[in-house]
Amino acid sequence: MNRLRLAVIGFVVLATAILAGHGAMAGDGRPALPQAKGSVCVEDTQVMRRNHMDLLKHQRNDTLRQGVRGGKHSLAECVSCHATDGADGKPVPVTAEGQFCQSCHSFAAVSIDCFSCHATVPADPARTAIR
Amino acid sequence: MTDTSRRAFLQGTAVAAVTLAPGLTLIATAADARPAGEAASPKQRWGLLIDTTKCPAECTACIDSCKEEMGLPDHGRPATDAQYIRKVSVKDPASGKTVSLPVMCQHCAKPACVDVCPTGASMKRADGIVLVDRHICIGCRFCMMACPYKARSFIHEDQTGQKIANPRGKGCVEGCTLCAHRVDAGEMPACTEACQNRGKGAMVFGDLNDPASEIAVRVATEATTRIRADLKLDPAVRYQGI
Repeated sequence: MNRLRLAVIGFVVLATAILAGHGAMAGDGRPALPQAKGSVCVEDTQVMRRNHMDLLKHQRNDTLRQGVRGGKHSLAECVSCHATDGADGKPVPVTAEGQFCQSCHSFAAVSIDCFSCHATVPADPARTAIR
Repeated sequence: MTDTSRRAFLQGTAVAAVTLAPGLTLIATAADARPAGEAASPKQRWGLLIDTTKCPAECTACIDSCKEEMGLPDHGRPATDAQYIRKVSVKDPASGKTVSLPVMCQHCAKPACVDVCPTGASMKRADGIVLVDRHICIGCRFCMMACPYKARSFIHEDQTGQKIANPRGKGCVEGCTLCAHRVDAGEMPACTEACQNRGKGAMVFGDLNDPASEIAVRVATEATTRIRADLKLDPAVRYQGI
């Protein structure tokens, strides 16, 4: 009986430690996302959640192939708003553990290819403006 | 190069151009930025004019600024490292005269790279800038074989720390974009700016279709050549002194 009690306590402690260590889960099981810097997104949250990939793809074709600049569905703007600053004051890549892009895609089991090429941190404001 | 100094430089040249010669632009000032939401127009044809008599062999201002602007790392392997510009030295065997010229994508009007691309990734924008759409590039390197100017590079390894203006990654071909991001913002390419600021001012950037632009005036009145003109690809980069 003692052994069983120990096993149960051990399991609970272990599970709590894993969940606490993971830290990316909100109370309802969905990933907890870092707060964005801006107050409002370019589209409604539900629209963004479902359609952000299509909006990005549409604008990328317009920008690259036709040279249309200044569209509102810009990946650079997503990164600039959703990247958080680390303890050292430097921006944390949006693909890092627990960050905006990574935590949701990890939850949804979707791999993102964007950031094998695109910058994962905002532009250094001292260096250059985002274009 | 910070944004502030670039702006200050452009403002300085604008003033100099006005005071020196009203009606004729002596120093290439960048055109106005294209308004947001507007596509590149075939009314423009962006090009470069490079005076090789002002291009010393040892000067690498254009190459250095290109690497900085586009975020090209140096792996210490010059045979495979990405290069958008390289300095080529040519020698006339009869006279012994040696000339050094920067060679980048020549932004041909009839680009061979676009002809051979099996996916449509290699493309020419309406204003004549030749680009690789790396979203659909499969890395086959046909364009690298087709290009007579050896202007493109293949990326062999995973990349980190890319510049926002120049997303780049493993498995794709890339090359000079004529700094399309800067041109769209009304500025000149990084190489041209560096050449005018830190080099001897050998490079001039401008709109070949605008008869009032410095580049068009000089192309119309001075002797200019295009390298491998025999291929009739109609490059937008012209050279003097070769």
